Amino acid sequence: MKMYINGSIKEFNGVKITATELITQLNLNGKRFAIEKNGEIISKNFLDGVYFNEGDKIEIIGAVGGG
Amino acid sequence: MADKIVNKTDDLIIAGRSFQSRLLIGTGKYDSFKETRAAINASQSKIVTVAIRRVNLGQSPDEPSLLEFIPSDEFTYLPNTAGCYSSDEAIRTLRLARELLDGHNLVKLEVLGDPDTLYPNVIETINAAEILIKDGFDVMVYTSDDPIIAKQLEDIGCCAIMPLASLIGSGMGILNPWNLEIIIDKANVPVIVDAGVGTASDATIAMELGCDGVLMNTAIALADNPILMASAMKKAVESGREAFIAGRMDKKLYSASPSSPTKGLIK
Repeated sequence: MKMYINGSIKEFNGVKITATELITQLNLNGKRFAIEKNGEIISKNFLDGVYFNEGDKIEIIGAVGGG
Repeated sequence: MADKIVNKTDDLIIAGRSFQSRLLIGTGKYDSFKETRAAINASQSKIVTVAIRRVNLGQSPDEPSLLEFIPSDEFTYLPNTAGCYSSDEAIRTLRLARELLDGHNLVKLEVLGDPDTLYPNVIETINAAEILIKDGFDVMVYTSDDPIIAKQLEDIGCCAIMPLASLIGSGMGILNPWNLEIIIDKANVPVIVDAGVGTASDATIAMELGCDGVLMNTAIALADNPILMASAMKKAVESGREAFIAGRMDKKLYSASPSSPTKGLIK
């Protein structure tokens, strides 16, 4: 299945993936981030219960230097 | 706030939070996280701004992150909405920031109007501030030096008003001290000059006018020696604050009052 992550198309095996699995695959475990699915923020406490499917638009953000 | 009643330690109080420094600094444009941290240390700032951006998906697991260099037990983060040109973008960014920072709700709202000047779009700013405040955020707001807009932003509940000295990144200093004075005179929340400071004397002038603090990034990060400039800015802000509290003498075109005694002259 294909999903849009931070504006880029990414290909994944299967028809769905949990948010926790996605974070692991992206090497983001232990990092500070916030995640949004189709414009809705997903609480860090509920990553296991959220599934991503074909065509979902996912944003994963962090803090960077800025003024 | 123009009154000179200061708390015992003269802390900066924003939305009930107390800070020991009146200098707020940004974390952008440095060569490295190490240099960022060294500049923050030299500035002795307690509030540091951060931007919210998409994470780099190709990163290795051990790639360092900014927040590891400025831990939350030492500093208060001020997530900003730099790069947002609409209220919707700004609101979305700050809601993500709140999730990122485990419910932290003190934020810097800026909604820009133009990519060339980065001048604030005050209409979008007001719209965003109203929604964010209703949503439980403590909003420190970047705005123009228009006293009417500044008062409106306070009236809708912003916890600090942050007028520009001059355009973001310009280093042009305070272009309209008279407007800043009016904003300070009318405000009942902290007024913090944000943007346009170029060197230490600009920060001192802002504080002498009665600003409660100064927020800057480029003036430090793009100095030839950012660490030394951070130290200079710390002293400049403290110096200006002390001069404001001390109360300057009246200006006179000339004085018939010499500093040395007029009696006992050797004749």
